[in-house]
Amino acid sequence: MSQSEYCIRLIDIHKSFGSQAVLRGVDLDIERGATTVICGESGQGKSVLLKHILGLVRPDRGRVLVEGEDITRIKGAALSRLRTRFGVLFQGVALFDSMSVFDNIALPLRERSRLPEKEVEKKVAEALQMMDLEDSADKFPAQLSGGMKKRVGLARALQLEPDILLFDEPTTGLDPVKSYDVYRLFFETQKKLGYTSVIVSHDIPKIFNLADKIAILHEGQVRACLAPEELQRSRDPFVRGFIVRVMGSAHSSKNELSAELRKSYEKI
Amino acid sequence: MLEGLQKFGHWGLESLESMGRSALFLLQTLQGAVQAPYKIRPVLRQIQVIGSGSFLVIFFTGAFVGMVLGLQGYYTLSKYGSSSALGAAVALSLVRELGPVLTALMVIGRTGSAMCAELGIMRISEQIDALDCMAINPYRYLVAPKLLAGLFSIPLLTAIFNLVGVFGGYMVGVVLLHGNGGAYMASMRDSVTAVDLKMCFVKSICFAFLLVWICAEHGFWVNRRSWGFGAEGVSRATTSAVVVSSVSVLVADYVITSLMM
Repeated sequence: MSQSEYCIRLIDIHKSFGSQAVLRGVDLDIERGATTVICGESGQGKSVLLKHILGLVRPDRGRVLVEGEDITRIKGAALSRLRTRFGVLFQGVALFDSMSVFDNIALPLRERSRLPEKEVEKKVAEALQMMDLEDSADKFPAQLSGGMKKRVGLARALQLEPDILLFDEPTTGLDPVKSYDVYRLFFETQKKLGYTSVIVSHDIPKIFNLADKIAILHEGQVRACLAPEELQRSRDPFVRGFIVRVMGSAHSSKNELSAELRKSYEKI
Repeated sequence: MLEGLQKFGHWGLESLESMGRSALFLLQTLQGAVQAPYKIRPVLRQIQVIGSGSFLVIFFTGAFVGMVLGLQGYYTLSKYGSSSALGAAVALSLVRELGPVLTALMVIGRTGSAMCAELGIMRISEQIDALDCMAINPYRYLVAPKLLAGLFSIPLLTAIFNLVGVFGGYMVGVVLLHGNGGAYMASMRDSVTAVDLKMCFVKSICFAFLLVWICAEHGFWVNRRSWGFGAEGVSRATTSAVVVSSVSVLVADYVITSLMM
């Protein structure tokens, strides 16, 4: 695969906080237009890795290439220009709590585009309809449920039509129905807009049905980055061990995992 | 011994880093303030928060400070047969020192602490990171309007404080204690010069600058200090912002007075 087919490349990323080494040489390539899921146990540095991609955290060593530009070395206008290509759904959603749902979704359009207010209102109304939030436009984030907040966050992240969408634990704290709603919206919007997505998630195996590649982060390194089907066929003892740990021994058998995955795909 | 040196070195490095971060914060805020496109609405909203919101507290503080000055001044000056100089004593105390200093301290208590807490909560709930990710400059969007509004509102609040204080001194010295109203006004007019008014204006501008810078920076970088995380970190940052900005105002007051006298 040529370099241009990767829109993000993480090369030998090291990061420590004090004496704690969180990332110890992460190498990961994110394919353009594909969905890459980063999974791993809690405290393995998945969210820190996502913040490196966004340029919010600088590595102690290594490079983060976004569309060929090293985001760890650029600043100011060049960094802003690169960031306009990103949409982000934070783990805690990070909605502006003193703004209404409408204003939260309108913010990137008002600040980053030159659209007239009428056009902004039209685009926000469309987003609210798409996310099934028409009745919540005037509500404040504190008045919303967890699932509604995620949908508002997704609507806001999509406003500038990003090339790359990053999701940090998109379904944490949601019940299975609400999680399904978020995945459905993600699936529909990606089909429509064709963005590259990187998802940090614990939601295994449900998240497998959205993934083109699954990267397993363990002890500060990406130990495997495989397609879901390759993952289940893998004979690597670490990969098999990981599947047993996160999904239970019942899924460690090839056939049962395939059945589980097939069932998940059929749902969507 | 070695451990003590190590701690001192750590403290020194941390202080140096903190000063550098504060200087960069100010630089980026100033850049944000002059960066096009200019939006007046966020500045007006902050003027409402800092200016209109502080009007009542400044009005009452100014009135009672003026009344106390009138009361104390009248009895002290009467002993020396100089009660006619009461207007000058009240006005000079207010214009040169108490007006700008007390206005700044009241604004720190009322608005500076709120500014620090607001930005601190935005930081810990990743709202500032979200702005960064949307390529919205948080210095320009969040901090610059506060600085511009402070520079506009605090000199005006100081003027209101002085005016109400002079009137409070008049009410006590002339209306309650039956001093000479004409002498009160005349001594005030004769003693307060353009230099005093200039000093008052310079002080209020400098204090506005200092208080917004310190309070906003404490909140904005709440995660970069060793105050702990979450609500406790924000609470300690707010306390520190109030203490540091109040002391800075008093130090700056001495420096400006010694330079302009």
